[in-house]
Amino acid sequence: MAFAFGLSFGVLAKASGMGSLAPVVMSMTTFAGSAQFAAASVIGTGGGALAAIGAASLLNTRYAPISLTVAPSLGGSWPSRLLQSQLIVDESWAVAQSGGGRVDRRTLVGAGALLWVFWVGGTTVGVLGAGFIGDPARYGLDAAFPALFLALLVALVDSRRALLAAVLGATIALALVPFSAAGVPIIAASLACLVGLWRR
Amino acid sequence: MPRGAVAPVSEVWLVVLVVGAVTVGLKAAGPVLLGGRDLPPFALRVVVLLAPALLAALVAVGIFGGDRELVLDERVAGLGAAVLALLLRAPILVVVIAAAVATALARGLT
Repeated sequence: MAFAFGLSFGVLAKASGMGSLAPVVMSMTTFAGSAQFAAASVIGTGGGALAAIGAASLLNTRYAPISLTVAPSLGGSWPSRLLQSQLIVDESWAVAQSGGGRVDRRTLVGAGALLWVFWVGGTTVGVLGAGFIGDPARYGLDAAFPALFLALLVALVDSRRALLAAVLGATIALALVPFSAAGVPIIAASLACLVGLWRR
Repeated sequence: MPRGAVAPVSEVWLVVLVVGAVTVGLKAAGPVLLGGRDLPPFALRVVVLLAPALLAALVAVGIFGGDRELVLDERVAGLGAAVLALLLRAPILVVVIAAAVATALARGLT
């Protein structure tokens, strides 16, 4: 699936006029699907570099709180922590949840590395074969990741408080979609976790 | 910009470099600064809820999000298929494939 998504990013980036090398380098370094899609589509619609950087960075600000949750699980020297932290993506982080807010380091790194290989490989194939493949949305891929997130969410909601955070997060995000730049709704939704401060 | 057009090369690389650097920094922030240490209990209570909140937001925006608007389109069929598969206790891969197939089918019909 990561391969298919990487493929669609390659196709889209190429169609947006990003050339062939830049999308692949971006997949290797940025390694965050939604931000890369956002950057490519802003460039493709002539939005300019600043808007593309803004949209993509905003989408990725969620990695600040996410990386905080991973911090207790990653030990070792700081260069090794730096390297391992780059394998954090929504999917690797989501599958590595081991309950109680803890993250399983092996799962995170293993899944992250696997996703990275497929993501970069998919992007390369997509860039090279852009001419032969049609619109990736036709294959229903845009619904595949939300479905994955939903399945992971169901497994995570183990208390009333978690359910409340989920409902609140989704509501905040949807309410903000019409009024804010891409990325803002997701970041704002992370505020829903503050219900954890409320003592019963 | 028409298909196959080329954006200014330096502009594209500026985006690639800046977004790459920002993302590397954001991902590294927690583990490099805190690595290996435990979070205080009140922080843990908040952090536990971060996953459900963010995942729910990603689902909602992924299905209903448009360009600064909420839209009802074929992705809803995908969501429906995913929910059905989850209710039937299907494995995650089946849930994901069901969503993609349902969305693609709905697109084929419309």
